This record gives sequence, C-alpha cells and structure tokens, in this order.
Amino acid sequence: MLGLEKKDFRLMLIVVVLTLLAPFILNPFPEGSELAQFNAGYPDLMQRFVIFGILAIGFNILFGLTGYLSFGHAAFLGVGSYAAVWMFKLLSMNIVPAILLSVVIAGLFSLVIGFVSLRRSGIYFSILTLAFAQMSYALAYSVLTPLTGGETGLQPKASDVRLFDGALEAGENATPSLFGLAMRDTYEMSVGSWVFTFNFGYYVAAVMMILAFYISIRIFRSPFGMMLRAIKSNQTRMSYTGLNSKPYTLAAFVISGMYAGLAGGLLVAMDPQAGAERMFWTASGEIVLMTILGGAGTLIGPVLGAGFIKYFENIVSKINKATLEQWFYWMPDGIEDVMIAIVYPFVGKGWHLTLGLLFMLVVIFLPGGLVQGGQKIAAIFRRKKSSDAKDGATTPAE
Amino acid sequence: MDQIILQILNGLDKGSAYALIALGLTLIFGTLGVVNFAHGALFMMGSFVAVTVSKLLTLSHKVVDETRTDFLGNPLQVDVPYIYDWFGEAAGNVMIDWAVPISILFAIPIMIGIGFAMERGLIKHFYKRPHADQILVTFGLAIVLQEVIKYFYGANPIPTPAPEAFTGSFDFGVAFGFDPNAIIYPYWRLVYFFFSVVVIGAVFAFLQFTTFGMVVRAGMADRETVGLLGIDIDKRFTIMFGIAAAVAGLAGVMYTPILSPNYHMGMDFLVLSFVVVVVGGMGSLPGAVLAGFLLGVLESFASMPWVIDIAPGINQIIIYLVAIIILLTRPRGLMGRKGVMED
Repeated sequence: MLGLEKKDFRLMLIVVVLTLLAPFILNPFPEGSELAQFNAGYPDLMQRFVIFGILAIGFNILFGLTGYLSFGHAAFLGVGSYAAVWMFKLLSMNIVPAILLSVVIAGLFSLVIGFVSLRRSGIYFSILTLAFAQMSYALAYSVLTPLTGGETGLQPKASDVRLFDGALEAGENATPSLFGLAMRDTYEMSVGSWVFTFNFGYYVAAVMMILAFYISIRIFRSPFGMMLRAIKSNQTRMSYTGLNSKPYTLAAFVISGMYAGLAGGLLVAMDPQAGAERMFWTASGEIVLMTILGGAGTLIGPVLGAGFIKYFENIVSKINKATLEQWFYWMPDGIEDVMIAIVYPFVGKGWHLTLGLLFMLVVIFLPGGLVQGGQKIAAIFRRKKSSDAKDGATTPAE
Repeated sequence: MDQIILQILNGLDKGSAYALIALGLTLIFGTLGVVNFAHGALFMMGSFVAVTVSKLLTLSHKVVDETRTDFLGNPLQVDVPYIYDWFGEAAGNVMIDWAVPISILFAIPIMIGIGFAMERGLIKHFYKRPHADQILVTFGLAIVLQEVIKYFYGANPIPTPAPEAFTGSFDFGVAFGFDPNAIIYPYWRLVYFFFSVVVIGAVFAFLQFTTFGMVVRAGMADRETVGLLGIDIDKRFTIMFGIAAAVAGLAGVMYTPILSPNYHMGMDFLVLSFVVVVVGGMGSLPGAVLAGFLLGVLESFASMPWVIDIAPGINQIIIYLVAIIILLTRPRGLMGRKGVMED
C-alpha cells in the first residue's frame, strides 16, 4: 500500500490514527479531576508535539542514517521561522506561502552550511555546525536586527505591507489562516465530564507530520537510504568501491534542514512570532536529546522522543509543592515531608535536572532509546510465550 | 599604538580563560580520547567553589552589642562572622577580603576529586563507545551538574569581588611612556593573566620534567606499548583527568571577580573552548594554549569601534568565522598532530 511494505504500512497506519485521534487519546482524565493536570489534549501542547515531531524526524534522517551528529540544527528552525514571519508581513496571513518559503529558505541555508561542514566528519562536523549555528544566532541577535527584530523578535505589525490582505486595522490581531480558516479555530466537544478540544491548527500540523513521516519511511526504505546507512557503517569502504559519498550526505543534510524549516514555519503558523533564541545552541541540543531519547535510526523513535520531552516539559514543570502535598497527603507526616523533599528538586523548575538524568541513563543503558527499551520488554514477553508454546508442543509427544 | 596595546591586554584575560579550559579539554582528549562536553561545567563548578568559600567565610551569628542601640533604644544585634571568633577581627577581615585567592586551596582537592569521580564513575565506561555517545553522555552530565548548581545556588549571578588590594586599575600608559589614562587595565585581570600563565607553565613543566609526565606523554603517543611495558597507564590517565578538572576549576575560581558566576556560564565558555581546541589542533597542548590567547585577542580587536564600523557584528562572530576558515584550510588546526581524530 502506498509503496510501503506491510510492516511499514501498519506502522504508518498507527501513527496516522494516533495523531488524528490525539485530542481524545491525550485527554484520558475527566475535567476537574485530580489527574486532569496530566491531560495533554490542549491545542498548544498538541501542536508542539507534532511540530517537534517533524523536527526530530528530519534530524533523524541525517543523524540516524548517516551518523553525522549536527549540533546546529536549530539554526534551520530559526531561519524557517523568520522566513515565515516575513511572508506574513509581506504577502498575507495565509500560511501556504509562509510554509513554502520557510522550507525553501531553510533548504538553501542548509545547502550552504552543509556544503562547508560536510568537508569534515566526526567531532569536527559537530563543531562546525555548532559554530555556524552560534554565528547565525549572534548575527540574528545583533547586526541583522532590521531583518530579524533582534532582541524583541519578529512579529506582524500594523505597519506591514501585506500585499494581499491590506494593512491591519487598529487593534486587529494578525491571525494566521489557511484560506480563511484561522489556525486558532477550535471546536470543543464535551462528553460526560470530558472535554475534547479540536484545533484547526493542530490538524494542519498533524497532516504535515504524517506527510513528513511518510516521506521519511520512503527515504529509509529507498536505495538512497541504503546508501546513507552505508556511509554510517563504513565510509572508507564505500569510497573504495568508487562511490562519492559527499552528494548523498549533502542531500541528507539538506533534506533534514528542510524538515527543520518546515517545523519552523509551522511554529510561526501557530503563533506568528520568531525570536533569535530559537537558534541558540541549547535548542539544537534539545533536538539531539529528542532523537536519541526516542531512538536514533528508527522510524518511530524521534516522534516518540519529541512527544515524550514536550509532554514532560509541560506537565512535570507545572508540578509545584502544593501538588506534591496533594499526592502524598495519605502518608504519615514525617514520611510525607521526606518524600516531598526528595521529589521536589526534580519537578517544577527542576525539570531540566530530570531530563538530564534521564538522557544520561538512556545513553548509558539504552543507546537505542525508548524504542530499544520497548523491544527489550517485548522480547522478554515473547520469550516467555515461546517457551510456553514449546512446553505445550512437547507434552503430547511423550 | 596605545589602542593596540589596550586591545591586546583586553584580549588576554578572556584568552587566558579560553586557554585554561582548552588546555584541560586537550589533556582529556589527548590522554583518554574522550570529547568532554562537561568540561565547561567543571569551569562553572570551580567558580562556585569560590562562591561557597566566600559564603562560608562570612557565615555569622548574632551578637548583642551593648554599646550601640537601635532607634527604639534596645541593644543592637550585630552579625559577627564566626571567623572573627577564631582569628580575631583584623585577620578575619583579611581572610574575607581574600576569599577568592583562598578558594584556590580548596578548589584544587575538590576539583581533582570531582574529576576522579567523573572518570571512574562514568567516562571510564565510554572508552569503547563511539565519539557521538561520549559527546552525548557528557552533554547530559553537563546539564545535570548545571541544574544541581542551579538548585542550590539559584539562577541569579552571585557577585564575588576580588581582594581590596586588586580593585583598582593599573595605568599602563605611564609605564610605557604614553599619556596618563591612555591604557588603563584592572589589576585583577592582570593577576588573572599571570595566574593562568603560571598554571599553564606548571602543567607543561609537570608533563615535561617529571617521570610521571614522561609516562603520560608516552601513553598519549602510544598507549598500547606503554601498557605492554607493564605500566598501569589507566591509573595515570585518571590522574590526568583529575588535573584537567583542577585546571578548569582554577580557571573558574579566579574568573569569579571578572564575571559573577551563574549556573550556565560553563556552557557559554564550553562552546568557545571547543572552537579553540579545534583551531589549535585536536590533541595538541601548545596549540590549545596558543589558540586560546590568539582568539581572545582577536575577539577584543574585533570589538574596537572602527572595526565594528567597517564590519558590524564582527565581534560576535569572529571566533566562529576564524574556526570555520581554519578548519577548511588547515583541517588539523594550527598545531594538530597527524593521525589524531582522523577517520
């Protein structure tokens, strides 16, 4: 189906169903209950799930397949964001030209950076990309202020040209839309005590992610993807067979740059502003974290990793002392205080500590990420089942 | 002319910090072959040793001072540092004033200990893993260390002043025969520069003139052969890791009066130090030091007003720009050795 093997098609189907039904799946707890704070079914967070999913899928095409660790991917996200805001300012609030331009600009930008950076490999490549990204950040922050808005960032203003829409009226907010349908249009459905929110912007981003995921499966299974894997496993041997690996790695770099640009454009489409901090190297680090945490080199891993990090970033960082007291209220007083004292540094503002620890644990024990963890657990169960089956098969023979 | 001297001087203190961090990074890389992304965190922890020491020294208890009264006529309570009780007021004041230099004494054993713990506890297990894994795990460690510091010390910078004697500025202009006030340079930065020269000299002397250093250098050149000669090279490399950590820590301790420590200062310096290491040549100790000072001075030249007029923003990107040019034209860096980190 769709040029996919049966197994991939099944995976694709699962992803499609999960993303389309996300407003239901992410809201398992009824409104007003104690557990409602674990609900992730609000538009802002769901949009981030899929957008960062796109980003991680793109990064995975580069890192997962070729093994080139780029530490500057946020630069492409930032460039894409700026390009999208400029389209809003110059043409109209329709997101189609904005997203198209953000992908194209990010592609061109990554072509230039990739062409230079890919002359070196290994740690040098990581540092070159890091240097380029930091340079873009520094430039966006200072000299390029007319183009990027500098410290205040870039957002649509009343003085914009807006060729197709005409100037904004006083007090009118610029809302990105797709042919008249506003991104922030939401429809709330209440079933019993549950409230499910369907957001138009989320579905636009979700369709984009499904497309991105489909393309990434096709790349993984194509001869081109095979070539990229060959580069990862042994580049020297590849060049001995007379193949020049540079065009392949460059293509992978540009593709993943375009994915990042798409993610940047979508971020702007959901919330029309862009700032230089999107290009800072910690943002690049976060992309790496997502991909590794989920499982680099696997199809579904990066999406899982992006969802995982964004979910915990939002949920765990909201937990405060009062919430903890609520959780542990059933414990005896002394133990309650001890528990709160132990847990408190890891939640709320300490979320990054949890993330860092988790990331270290994953790199140390599960280099294949969450996907590998899942496979290990599945293997344990399968072994049990197959040994049961064996017992069943051998008994009649006696 | 005076402008040029001033810019060179300005570049030296930042360059010293780059050189010290890059030296430690190169030591770790040259001996253990590990790319340590947590090295900036070590620099940051060093500066927080200074913060802790100066806090401990001013730790005080309340004493009722009978001779003075507050506006209601009650006896006034005065904070008296414990250190006054032990050493008397005059000596106590001197010690509080000299908190930063005193921290050096504490920082060396603490940082060596942290270095040992890091190498034995974590990095040891990553020698056989790919470089990407080493980068990732040390990156994770850097996040953890930085968040731990943030938890205990808060997110705001903590000003830690230099001793009273070094607060002023030195008028270089007079010394070199220029007009007074043409070249003014804070004393502490001068101290920092000399301090870093001493530390760098000590590390090089240690490697060059001691038997231990000789073995380490031999191990850097050919680890296997040294191992075959019956020398426990791993143990020595662990000690080198401790020394590298101490160098980064000392760089941090002495930098506190120049830049108030905050929890993410390590990361800010780390990115630049990596660039410095790459420019200097991966695995080359003199290269790291040279590139550190060179880039520090270049950066300060690039922030001169007339340079910014010609090429705006150049001061922000000069280091990266130089790194890119060097990497593309001299892939091994300024003084890189053959066969190091070449796949």
